[in-house]
Amino acid sequence: MIDRDQVLHVARLARLELTEDELERMAGELSTILDHVERMNELDLDGVEPTSHVVALENVLRPDNPRPSWPREQVLESGPDPEGGAFRVPSPQA
Amino acid sequence: MSDILDLTAGQALDRIAAGELSNEEYFDAYAEAAAGDELGAYLWRAQAGSANGAGDGPLRGAPVAVKDIFCTEGIETTAGSRILEGYRPPYTATAVRKLAEAGGRVLGKTNMDEFAMGSSNENSAYGPVRNPWDRERVPGGSSGGSAAAVAGRLAPWAIGTDTGGSIRQPASLCGVVGFKPTYGAISRYGMIAFASSLDQCGPLTRDVMDAAILLRALEGRDPCDSTSVGIEGGVELPSRTDLKGLRIGVPRELSADAEGIETGVTEVFERTLGLIADLGAEVDECELPHSAHGLSAYYVLAPAEASANLSRYDGVRYGLRAGSEDGTAETALVSMYERTRAAGFGAEVKRRIMLGTYALSSGYYEAYYGRAQRVRTKIAEDFAAAFERFDYLVTPTSPTVAFKLGARAENPLAMYMSDYCTVPMPLAGLPAISIPAGLAQPDGGGPDLPVGLQITSPAFTESGLLGAAFAIEGAIGFDARPGGTG
Repeated sequence: MIDRDQVLHVARLARLELTEDELERMAGELSTILDHVERMNELDLDGVEPTSHVVALENVLRPDNPRPSWPREQVLESGPDPEGGAFRVPSPQA
Repeated sequence: MSDILDLTAGQALDRIAAGELSNEEYFDAYAEAAAGDELGAYLWRAQAGSANGAGDGPLRGAPVAVKDIFCTEGIETTAGSRILEGYRPPYTATAVRKLAEAGGRVLGKTNMDEFAMGSSNENSAYGPVRNPWDRERVPGGSSGGSAAAVAGRLAPWAIGTDTGGSIRQPASLCGVVGFKPTYGAISRYGMIAFASSLDQCGPLTRDVMDAAILLRALEGRDPCDSTSVGIEGGVELPSRTDLKGLRIGVPRELSADAEGIETGVTEVFERTLGLIADLGAEVDECELPHSAHGLSAYYVLAPAEASANLSRYDGVRYGLRAGSEDGTAETALVSMYERTRAAGFGAEVKRRIMLGTYALSSGYYEAYYGRAQRVRTKIAEDFAAAFERFDYLVTPTSPTVAFKLGARAENPLAMYMSDYCTVPMPLAGLPAISIPAGLAQPDGGGPDLPVGLQITSPAFTESGLLGAAFAIEGAIGFDARPGGTG
């Protein structure tokens, strides 16, 4: 119920390169899982409010007090290709 | 020395307070035990002799094992993933900082399923963890390293995280106590995100008292996590010895009728119900009609949130970047993302990213994500109705005892069923604790292995829940130990 082309489309959305082998396997595995998940369709959920968060909280505010952030060098150290105080990436443009 | 390892953390803290044990001696006994880890429980370990300072505060310098999902400044933090190999965070998670402020010291970082996705710890990029009760079996997951370390006497106690059962299920399979507090009880700041509306930190310990001591140090509101609220009134140390006046509900759907429940697990559970009644509680069956759909909702919501959370691993700011091929300038950046994620993520993480991306994609959103959110509402309403009649609900924690390494690795759905009894509580945000209830053989025969009892209570009633668990723990008197861990 989810075919190879759909898997390929979703993989592109997820920025995930899949091998031919992974594509085939993923189609089967996702179909099995989605079959199970679709048992939810047995339920009558008309008029039921969706829950996105379980603790009743709204607009958690704090005073806007400036404070130092982490040292730039330390943060850059974690990146694979720091350069000139920034993260260098391959060109996004044609 | 082995005498020290036999103490619960609470007992050791008492000895340190009485001057009968030094905190260096206590730390070093565990640093040495952890250095001999043959279970694969640790990814990083502190050196013996590295404990320095006075060790003030209620935890008095005690060592604590920390799941590798918590950021620790300057100490490699991988979340069990190749994509974060070598990552040294510039900051420490609030939960770990609070342990340190209470006098605790990090003993080591424990192995885990990659990004906490798994129920067997076989999804770690750094190798599986073995169950100290039988090394051919899994410790459960995703906090498998934390559970195995505590059960194998390689740590006095540990912290882990629970999204759909990742503290309680491994605690059950390893014969230790595992406690998932109410969502919001403990800050998630610096805890690498899997599914943000479900993830919660909690303790894995030898007994209920130790869980209460650790929870006391961990809970609290944190300005860095706006969903954290702490536990009003704090956490009382448990002292209850009976259950008189309490009504205990047994949801059929998550016990006798649970999918795939083993005979041995049912026997131990029913025996434990007898002990609970002997303690003076009124025990009766109840219903959670939508809980059988918990797994379905969970395996939409958690992957959906994960697919968004894990989009940050793109080869730019931390961890791995896959080498680019001679891609054209036009595709260079996108192809770097795709290759990095292909090389850095394991099979289960890829599967969940795909599942989540599909469930959120145009045309499918309402059918999957929208429905799952509504099922979540129904599950929370079921619990609310049950708590009008009952103070606590009890179920087995896991439908089965520890299974063999590899037994479910090729069948994602079979692996997901491991969470059958633990998934509904985080969907409703509720606290739940697993305590060892006895030993049972797996269906088809095998060694005697731990069975966990799960106790659930209304949101933010941690002190009451710990009290009830303490009384039940006393009646069970579980004193079995894993063999062959030296």
